[in-house]
Amino acid sequence: MSRPRRRWLLPVTIVLALVLGLLPLPPLLQPLRPYWLALVVAFWVIEDPDRAGLGFAFCMGVLADLAFGGLLGEQALRLVVMAFILQRFRAQVRFFPLSQQALVIGGLLLNDRVVSAAVHLMLGEPQLPWSYWWAPLLGMLLWAPLFALIDALRFGRRRS
Amino acid sequence: MAGPEGALCASKRGWSASALSNHERPVTNHGPSQVPAYASPTPPRSGDVAGTLRLLTYLALSVALLVLDHRGGVLSRLRAQANVAVQPLWWLAGLPARLGDSVRDDAVTRATLAEDNRRLRNALLVSGARQARLQVAAAENARLRGLLGAAERGGLDVQLAAILDIDLDPTRQRLVLDAGSSSGVRQGQSVIDAGGLVGQIIEVTPTTATVLLLTDPDHAVPVLVGRNGVRLVAYGRGRSDQLELSNIPLSADVKVGDAIITSGLGGRFPPGFPVGTVVSLHPDDSRAFLVATLKPAAQLDRGRDVLLLRQVAENPAPVSNAGEADPARTPAKPAVPSAQGTPGSAAAGDAKKTATGPSVPPAAERQPPPAPQEPGR
Repeated sequence: MSRPRRRWLLPVTIVLALVLGLLPLPPLLQPLRPYWLALVVAFWVIEDPDRAGLGFAFCMGVLADLAFGGLLGEQALRLVVMAFILQRFRAQVRFFPLSQQALVIGGLLLNDRVVSAAVHLMLGEPQLPWSYWWAPLLGMLLWAPLFALIDALRFGRRRS
Repeated sequence: MAGPEGALCASKRGWSASALSNHERPVTNHGPSQVPAYASPTPPRSGDVAGTLRLLTYLALSVALLVLDHRGGVLSRLRAQANVAVQPLWWLAGLPARLGDSVRDDAVTRATLAEDNRRLRNALLVSGARQARLQVAAAENARLRGLLGAAERGGLDVQLAAILDIDLDPTRQRLVLDAGSSSGVRQGQSVIDAGGLVGQIIEVTPTTATVLLLTDPDHAVPVLVGRNGVRLVAYGRGRSDQLELSNIPLSADVKVGDAIITSGLGGRFPPGFPVGTVVSLHPDDSRAFLVATLKPAAQLDRGRDVLLLRQVAENPAPVSNAGEADPARTPAKPAVPSAQGTPGSAAAGDAKKTATGPSVPPAAERQPPPAPQEPGR
C-alpha cells in the first residue's frame, strides 16, 4: 500500500461509537440518539471492504448487544442486514456525492428501525416509543461530518 | 460447501481488490465530478451468490442467538462473563456524567458549606447564650441546694424528708418518712409540700416518723376562707383527692373556687398555708348548713419528698399563744447542735446559718408560706 493507513482507527472508532451509544442522556434526548455504531460500521464497510464485511458487522453487532445489554443478536442482525445492502450497492454508493450518500444512509437507518421493530414484534418484546423514529433523521444529518472526520483522520498525515 | 465458498471468496477478493485499486486514485473520488469507473457492475454478479450465502449464514446465526437469548437458557452464563468484559466500556461511558456530577457537586457543596457555616455560626451563638443561661441556672441551683442543705442542717425552718412508705387506705391515710427523732423530728410538726399543707407528724421513732395526712378520716384542720376570713374546719374523708368543709352557715359567703388556708387557730398548724380550693357546695341533711368539697392544695399522691416545718414547737408554752412562731423558734435553735453529728460540720452549719440566718428568719416570721415553699419547688 502506497498510502499510510492507520489501522488503529477502526477499533478506536468502534469503541467511540459504543461509548457514544452508552453515554447517559437526559430522557428527552434519549430517543434522538443516533445509531453511532451503524454509521461507523457503514463507513468501514464502504471504505475498507477488506477488513469490514458481513462478519465484521456481525461481530460488532454482538459486541454492541453485550455492551448495551440488549437482546443478544438483535443488533448483529440489524448490522448484518445493513452491511449486506451496503456491500451490494457499494460500487454505486462510494461514488455518490456526500449528500446522496447521506440519503442512502438515512434510508438504511430507517430500514434498520423497521428490522428492529420486526424483531421485537416476532419475539413479542415491547416496541420502542414512536419518538425513536426520529433518530434515523439525525443519523442522516450526521453522516457527512462523520464521514469527513474519519476520512480526514485516516489520511491525515498525507493531507497535513 | 467449503470448496465453492473458498472459490467464491477468492473471486470476491479479486473484485474488492479491483475496487480498492479504484479507490487508490487521488482522493477526490467522492466529488460529484467523478465519473463512476464501472457503470455496469459485472464483477459483483459472481459475488452476489457468495454474499447472499454469507448473509444467510450470519442472519441464521443472529436469529439463533436471538432465540437462544430470548429463551434465556444456555447463553445466560456466557453473557454474564461477557458482561464482565464490557465493564470497562460502561465505566468509560459513565465517566463524563460522573465528572459532570462531581463538578456540580463541588459547586453545590461550596455554596452549601457557606450556607451551613453561616447557619451553624448563628446556632453556635444561640447555644452559647443558652449555655450561659444554663450555667447561671446551675449556679443558682447549687446555691439553693446549699441553702436548703444549710436549712436542713441548721433546722431553721424546714427539713426535707424522703417518703419511705405510703399508706392510702380509706381508713388510714399516712406516710412514713425517712427521718426520726435522731434527726430532730418531733411529734406535732406540720408537714408541707410545694403546694400546701400535707399533714402532721403523729409518731416519731429514732429513724422514722409517721405523718397523718389531711385526708385521713381522723384528721381535722382549722381553716379560713382566704377571701373573707370565714373560719371553718376541714375534715379528711379517706380519699386522697378530697377534703370536706362541713357545717358552713348558709349566711357564710363561701363560693366554689375559694382558696382555703390554715387559720393557725389551735396552735397545731401555722397560719397561712394553702389547704385546698372549694370545688363544690351542697346543703347537708339538715338543710341548715352547707357542705363544701375541697380539692387539696398539696399533691398528696405525688412526689418523693416532703418538708417538715420546724417552727411550731407544740408542747408547753407555744400552744398558749397560738400562731406566734417567735417563742417556738427559740427552743428550736439550741436544738441544732445536738442534732449535728460532727463538730466540724456543725461549725460549717453555723457559719452558713450566720450567713443566711439574718435574712431568712424574719421572712419566716412575717409570712410563713413563701419562705418554706421556695425550696420545695
